[in-house]
Amino acid sequence: MDRDQGAIQGAREYARLVQQLAPKPNVARLTARAFLVGGTICFLGQFVFDYFRFRQPTEGEAIAATLATMILLGVALTALGVYDDVGQLGGMGAAVPITGFANAMAAAAMDFRREGFVLGMAAKMFIIAGPVIVFGILAGTVTGLVAWLVGSGP
Amino acid sequence: MAAIAQRLGQYTVQLGQPPRIVGALTLMAPREAAGPMGQYFDAVVDDDMWGEVSAERAERKFLEQAARRAMDQAGLLEPDVDVFLAGDLLNQIVSSTFTARSLGLPYLGIFAACATSSLGLGLAAILVDGGYARRVLVATASHYQSVERQYRYPIELNIQRKQTNQWTATGGAAAVVAPPDQGSGPRITHITFGRVVDWGVTDANDMGSAMAPAACDTLLRHFQDTNTTPGDYDLILTGDLASVGSKLFRTLVERAGVTLGGKHMDGGASMYGQAPWAGAGASGSVCSMAMLLGYVHKEMAQGRYRRVLALPTGCLHSPTTWQQGDSCPGISHAIVLEAG
Repeated sequence: MDRDQGAIQGAREYARLVQQLAPKPNVARLTARAFLVGGTICFLGQFVFDYFRFRQPTEGEAIAATLATMILLGVALTALGVYDDVGQLGGMGAAVPITGFANAMAAAAMDFRREGFVLGMAAKMFIIAGPVIVFGILAGTVTGLVAWLVGSGP
Repeated sequence: MAAIAQRLGQYTVQLGQPPRIVGALTLMAPREAAGPMGQYFDAVVDDDMWGEVSAERAERKFLEQAARRAMDQAGLLEPDVDVFLAGDLLNQIVSSTFTARSLGLPYLGIFAACATSSLGLGLAAILVDGGYARRVLVATASHYQSVERQYRYPIELNIQRKQTNQWTATGGAAAVVAPPDQGSGPRITHITFGRVVDWGVTDANDMGSAMAPAACDTLLRHFQDTNTTPGDYDLILTGDLASVGSKLFRTLVERAGVTLGGKHMDGGASMYGQAPWAGAGASGSVCSMAMLLGYVHKEMAQGRYRRVLALPTGCLHSPTTWQQGDSCPGISHAIVLEAG
């Protein structure tokens, strides 16, 4: 018992030392870079949307075409080995837009290609993106349920 | 009468007729060769995938080629080697196993993560000194892509690396250990096998902090058992604590009342210099092996170092234990290398 408490005490003290000596990330610079990278991707998305808005009959179809284009862009940059560098530069600025989601699928699919199409690529392509889909559906369901209960649903 | 091995203190072995490293070979990828340690490597491969279809196969090729070339360098063929000792970072140490399959030698697979180098060289020295083997081949390898895949994320994923992250070195390194009359390389005189030390670091992206207490523990035990001080060594080489872990290591050692002076150097902090993409520095089981067989071995041959205390460190977590919230246990095995 004493030994355990000694170990817990030691771990706490060591955690303090680790924190004290750890390099401090430059939050302002990282935030600025995330803003610029994320902003650039969204600006590009807006540009693509405006292009399709003139060529598609409805706004819904323009949105669909925009999403497909941005996903294609994310996958292409992943395949070319560029998107991980964009991620290193922009952090969440590169991860949050749909190009980041495309990268998460494509990077995993590429990595596990050698383990076969079925048990490798197809199964493992969701290891990073899977939780986004699961919790996205869950959040949508709960929101829909609440909307229905308070009677403001469709 | 020939000297026989004996135990010093509680944890240290002093070898009777210290075996020598009679063949040493480092075979590294371009990124490692471009760093400040590049001049000490024996061979460099142009492409880290080495024409293979997977990173796992490339890692295996680095290990096997390093092992074969180390035998060549020592002027030996497979029948001259009694035991093959090898370890790596992949699950079931497959790179070592597949190399052993191809070499056809009696094989002892070992695992100490990035401390495989000193565990392997230490065990080899014991086997040779005890007369249980005449020549032992020791090898390890690691590959950035195969290790990243297994321990962290897909290679091309947009993850921002932290400043505490370490970059797994790509390459293979191997040595032949033999009785002292069979060559002129450095002798392995003392071994202090380490205990598993875990001070509760749960961040697998900060392995330097997780391993620093293990390096300190083995260092202090080694000094106590051998009744030596940093002054008795020309170099104290840890690794791969990298820059973050090194700082912690020096603080812990100082708090224990030992002054390292300018003797301390860390393999992980040295491999890539201050390259920002590497985060805190290098890691990977080949890193400390390449530092020992490249840097230390060659500087000893030049007469710069006569006595080196090496403390390679390993982080013994698995991706499963880390995801389940367990902390990262560290280990460090010490060996003493002497020139002449």
